[in-house]
Amino acid sequence: MDAVSSSMPLLVFVVIGTIAVASSILVVAMRNPVHSALFLLLTFLCVAVLFVLRSAEFVAAVQVLVYAGGIMVLFLFVVMLINVRHLPEERVLSPVWLGGIGVGLAMFVLFATIVRPGTYHDEVPNADKKLTTVDETYLTQDATNPNRLVRHHRQRENRNAEAVGMALYTDYLVPFEVASLFLLVAMIGAIVIGKRELSAAEEETAPDYMLERVETEKEVKEALSA
Amino acid sequence: MPSTQAYLMLSGTLFAVGLVGVIIRRNMITVLMCIELMLNAVNINLVAFSHHIASLEGQVFTIFVITIAAGEAAVGLAIIIQLYRLRSTINVDEARTLHG
Repeated sequence: MDAVSSSMPLLVFVVIGTIAVASSILVVAMRNPVHSALFLLLTFLCVAVLFVLRSAEFVAAVQVLVYAGGIMVLFLFVVMLINVRHLPEERVLSPVWLGGIGVGLAMFVLFATIVRPGTYHDEVPNADKKLTTVDETYLTQDATNPNRLVRHHRQRENRNAEAVGMALYTDYLVPFEVASLFLLVAMIGAIVIGKRELSAAEEETAPDYMLERVETEKEVKEALSA
Repeated sequence: MPSTQAYLMLSGTLFAVGLVGVIIRRNMITVLMCIELMLNAVNINLVAFSHHIASLEGQVFTIFVITIAAGEAAVGLAIIIQLYRLRSTINVDEARTLHG
């Protein structure tokens, strides 16, 4: 029983890691972007499981919420907005293809030689416990004097989200606020860039269906105002 | 427990696969997906080292990387939509007015 429970994380790592690598290869290999997006979703979920194995439960939850929830929906929306019939022609075994695989293999060999066995052996013991434990200070009323408060310390375990939150809101408060500002700027930028607006020069290059749609919108507006 | 090395090898593999995708694919949406894949590989590295040295900083940085990835995906997809409206193509090779 003990041997099973100690080798369980390794088994999960091997299985989930294999699925992650296989589905990431399929992301690159699939012709249809919808299939690529679904395999990317599978990769993200597998990576979330790998985060849980490294006692990063909060990051795993954020990964599922933001990547699997938010970014994938965005990708699927855009794939559906864009006409799939006009997919670019991709020639298999073109020079770019061979060069890309060569660069990828070279990069992989580079990583493999850097991370050769025995490089990272001195792990901190009980890292799981350290990453999920928070020191907590709390106040209670004194038993003898009701007007006095007594300060207590205690350690609470299995609190990874709380620990990450404490780090984010104390040591990393300024980067956190900058990140929120960044998200606001990205949102405004995405709206402004994605907005449809036709100038006179654009009307010449724009496809016909868009001009038709603009005209029908004008007609609808005139009909409503009349 | 899987070692830190195993995690680093896995993230290196994912990064290499994402890099190959960025180079060989001509579909802009897939290229953006492969960039997300590479960012995720970096996240695995950060979390693995956070566990290796028992420090929360790696996890905090992972959250920042996820934030940046979300903003990048939103702006990148908006650019792709606008390009599709103007040129009705999402082929990387056809968007070379700047001769890049």
